[in-house]
Amino acid sequence: MLIALALTLVVLAMLSLAAPLLARAALGVRVVYAGTACVSLVFAAGGIAGLVSAAEALALPFGPPWGAMRLALDPLSAWFLLILGLSGIAASAFAFGHVAGTEAPRLLVPYPLFLAGMALTLLAADGFTLVLGFELMSFASWVLVAHEHENAENRRAARLYLGFAALGGAALILCFGLLAAGVYAGAGFAALRAAPPDGLRALAILLLVVIGAGSKAGLVPLHVWLPLAHPAAPSHVGALMSAAMTKAALYVLARVIFDLAGPAQPLFWGAVLMVLGLASAIMGALRAALEEDTKTLLACSTIENIGLITLGLGLALAFRAADLGALAAVAAGAALLHALNHAMFKTLLFLGAGEVLYGTASRRMDRLGGLIKAMPWTAGLVLLGAAAAAALPPLSGFASEWLLLQALIAAWRVGDLAFQIGAAAATALAALAVALAATAMLRFYGLVFLGRPRSPRAAGATEISGVARGALILPAALTVMFGLTPGFLLELAAPALRLLTGAGAGLSALGGVTMTVSEGGAGYAPMIVFGLLLLLGGGVAWFARRQAPGIVRGPAWDCGFIAPPHHLPFGDPATQVSAAGMAQPLRRMLGKTLLAAREKVEVPPPGDTEPARLQAGFHDPVLALIAGPLPRARDRLTVLAERLRDFSLRQCLGLGFTVLLALMALLILLERP
Amino acid sequence: MSILTGLVTQLLHLALILALAPVLTGCVRWLKARLMGRRGPHPLQPWRDLLKLVKKRPVLAENASIISRAAPYVAVGVALLAAALVPSFARGMLLAPFADLLLIAGLLALGRFAMALAGMDVGTSFGGLGATREMAFAALAEPALVLAALIFAILAGTTHLDVIIGIFQEGALGLRVSLGFAAVALLAVAVAENARIPVDNPATHLELTMVHEAMILEASGRHLALWDFQASFRLTLWLALLAAVFLPFGMAAPGAGPVAWVLGLGVFIAKMAALAFALAVFESAIAKMRLFRVPEFLGAALLLGLLGAVFLFVSTGLS
Amino acid sequence: MSFGQLPYDLAHLFGGAVLLLSFVLLYQRRISAVINAFATQGALLALAAAWQGYVQGAMGLYVTAAIAFGAKAVLIPLALHRLVRRFNLQRGVDPALGIGASMIAGVAFAGFALLVVLPATAGQRALAREDLALALSVVLLGGLMMITRRNLISQVIGLLSLENGLILAAVGVAGMPLVMELSTAALVLMLAVIAGVFALQMGESFQSLDTESLDTHRGEGE
Repeated sequence: MLIALALTLVVLAMLSLAAPLLARAALGVRVVYAGTACVSLVFAAGGIAGLVSAAEALALPFGPPWGAMRLALDPLSAWFLLILGLSGIAASAFAFGHVAGTEAPRLLVPYPLFLAGMALTLLAADGFTLVLGFELMSFASWVLVAHEHENAENRRAARLYLGFAALGGAALILCFGLLAAGVYAGAGFAALRAAPPDGLRALAILLLVVIGAGSKAGLVPLHVWLPLAHPAAPSHVGALMSAAMTKAALYVLARVIFDLAGPAQPLFWGAVLMVLGLASAIMGALRAALEEDTKTLLACSTIENIGLITLGLGLALAFRAADLGALAAVAAGAALLHALNHAMFKTLLFLGAGEVLYGTASRRMDRLGGLIKAMPWTAGLVLLGAAAAAALPPLSGFASEWLLLQALIAAWRVGDLAFQIGAAAATALAALAVALAATAMLRFYGLVFLGRPRSPRAAGATEISGVARGALILPAALTVMFGLTPGFLLELAAPALRLLTGAGAGLSALGGVTMTVSEGGAGYAPMIVFGLLLLLGGGVAWFARRQAPGIVRGPAWDCGFIAPPHHLPFGDPATQVSAAGMAQPLRRMLGKTLLAAREKVEVPPPGDTEPARLQAGFHDPVLALIAGPLPRARDRLTVLAERLRDFSLRQCLGLGFTVLLALMALLILLERP
Repeated sequence: MSILTGLVTQLLHLALILALAPVLTGCVRWLKARLMGRRGPHPLQPWRDLLKLVKKRPVLAENASIISRAAPYVAVGVALLAAALVPSFARGMLLAPFADLLLIAGLLALGRFAMALAGMDVGTSFGGLGATREMAFAALAEPALVLAALIFAILAGTTHLDVIIGIFQEGALGLRVSLGFAAVALLAVAVAENARIPVDNPATHLELTMVHEAMILEASGRHLALWDFQASFRLTLWLALLAAVFLPFGMAAPGAGPVAWVLGLGVFIAKMAALAFALAVFESAIAKMRLFRVPEFLGAALLLGLLGAVFLFVSTGLS
Repeated sequence: MSFGQLPYDLAHLFGGAVLLLSFVLLYQRRISAVINAFATQGALLALAAAWQGYVQGAMGLYVTAAIAFGAKAVLIPLALHRLVRRFNLQRGVDPALGIGASMIAGVAFAGFALLVVLPATAGQRALAREDLALALSVVLLGGLMMITRRNLISQVIGLLSLENGLILAAVGVAGMPLVMELSTAALVLMLAVIAGVFALQMGESFQSLDTESLDTHRGEGE
């Protein structure tokens, strides 16, 4: 299977090479997207194969003799490869369905490379290959983010993305360098595993991998590029970035911390991950509830879900440090399950938003509305995705959320009082993040699909058909299926959980269709819940509709509407709730402290005929930091550095000599016994 | 044999909830009226209203979509299922293995989502207003509920409702400070979830002050009957939950006979009456809060829950 | 000596109720509500002291209970209500730190109290440790109220609530000599009387009890 996967990487490279030629004809473009869809299918199959069969390894003849390029497919890689494959199929199918004539080469060439980079990151078995895949992934996605460079906003987004990608890449290179520092036979994972770091080196590795992988995944405070870059890319690429690229970054995080850094880490590593995860979850959910652009909202929701996954990983690490293997398996299971579920519903939501963009040419929620009439299929499928993102039973989001809360509720068994207090606060904050996400999803769905159209374009939207509709149906069907069979998925993921948490002691407690947590027997049976809901709801419906069948249509009541003006036959959009209006309660409750939300009312003096103005807004404090004090500090440093130009000959020689002496002093310090 | 008794108790419980819920709402209304010096409507008035409404066809707005037609059934189904999971007069019902506190919280969230979608469907301003306020309050009430579940889970070892009630019934826990804090937190969440004073006035006619009522302004006929039903089911569910967890005496053990059921039924009705009286007194005694004070109220409940959990860690670590 | 025994449970419950009222004190926005909450806290403290007197069989604790009830639940609140009415003061509390932030700080302080008391009292009875942690939390919350309120009456109530915590700690420990409790109580009561006189003076001169307004008049003495 691994050889087949390696061959698919070659296929992707060839597709990318041929893309400038193929871009000249619509058929060629379709060939490229069909090719990537088939490759993604192979990825998904490879993922499943890697989970059910034994691990494989492959050494390729590239690279220096002491460090040949190594690929491996073990259960952890296989799980994330499955995620990549499923998202790739949907995204490629969507792009295939929306091909209309030729395409610019700069959109077509990087797309297979993007997939190849992610797959290479997941399949890598040595540090060089992993960093190579990571950088390829970043570079290809940057080209795709910058494709509409005529727009100044997109240029800014691309600049910010490139800066963070460079920072992340540098941090990862340093991290792997430190990991391989004690090993003299290249950076192969087997060799790295045999020589785990400790002490200060381990702490530096933790910090660097959090910066490197965390910035790509979108952990606070390195998340500022995500809500700008993901919307700027084309819809199918945005979906892949949110669903798969963030998971690839989390894979790197999990691989380094759980696998390569040794079998046991101290408790505070887990606490660090938990804190970062919680901060991301709350900031992401709150921003998602306040944003006014559909794709930015979905990108902020990605940040929230990544935060929850990181919370699960941190909790698993803490349990492993406290020798509670069964609970560590539960927490890691929650994290992996949520990674898969999020990939599915986020792909669905992003592709749905892309569909809305195609149909109405607008991403702003203040220009949309009432699309359930014009685009019923999209509305129905996106409702499934929004309900899953809001963690409502019996869909997939609730299953992973339930498991995560169970793991958090059991966190008090760790025994350290400070950790217990932190875990109780973490439980409350995780529940807060999930409830905020539900608010954000309701607002998204209600403003875009329900109500009345707010602009003529929204009234005249067209529905999708064909392959693009299939591209939305696939993740929706998987969301429903994963929601009804979470136990089966956990059994599938069992080898990966064993890899993450050592000997998988509590895995036998996770049953087939239901999920039970071993300690105490709390269980969740989604099929029963779904069946009972159908039974009860259907029974009530049958009984009630028999009494007075049919409905009557009339004008909306709402204390009496006035007749709509002539030029707006669908009703005055101003009498509906707007995006800012729906965000107001949360903006006032939590936005003032966390996101510097401000409302300003300017009332003109009496007698003045100017209208009063209400300005309400917020901004991300981290972005303000990057845009404000950091550039000023950089300018000051630049001014100081300019002084180096005025050095005379003697001073230049003296500078070089001083540096040499300092390095020698460092050597003396390090060589002391 | 035990499956049969479980099925019988489950069906009896469902019938009891169906019959009792509107009566409970009517009793609370009647008690409030009496406390304010009015005669008040008959406690069975909600049943009469519902039976009258069910026979009328709903009038839907011209641009209402299928959401307005489907949401009432979803909400009622969810509320019925959640109420069926909380035991009233007997433990060990058929659905008891699936009764999990977090699942009940999730089901309530699903019902709330359906109601908010129905509120936003027609595109009226008050519907959106009610929907956004309801979800914002829920965002703060959910963590308090989860913290109360945490406190119960630490004391009983699981979030499984039947097991929790069983362990509380044994009485080995005594009166704990943490349980007191959890009770305060859960009472605040119950008040917020059921749209009672001081969070929301269920009898208001001023649309700008509405939270819950604003979302169902457009409903009529059998849809309105279903929304009122689901509100009654939720109230019954919450009062039954509070009674089962904090006043667990009198419930029939799993597998007991009809005599124990009758006894449990009597105790349950007495508990419901007492809780309804307490609710009526509480609602009559204090005024509705300003809208933007509600987050402080719910935040205080959340912090009390956190404090209860912290003190529980201490006691569990020591004893 | 464990949970499930009525004497210790009730003592615990009273301590928890006093802590709950400290939070209620932080939560209120109107002066009269703050004074009423303080009166309730005094009454609960008297109940706790009386119960401890019953359980430990110490007569002195009944005296403490009577003094606490008479002073904290009746006399001081009456005097404060009269002060507010006499100067027709603004009825808001005017916090320097927001209500939400004060509550979060309160929970953090309670956590601190726990983390401090537990290692320091290792080896004692479990219930005594938890009682001490409750009392220290009440003390810290009284201090929090003093520093985050601008109104003089709120600050005085914070000081008295702090002393409530000290009395709660003292009655929980068996064998505390009565003389120590009475002298601490007398000291704090004297402080309260001085604060009352100060409030009268300030009210007459400035027509408000906002202590921040004093800042502009620093240095004016003679």
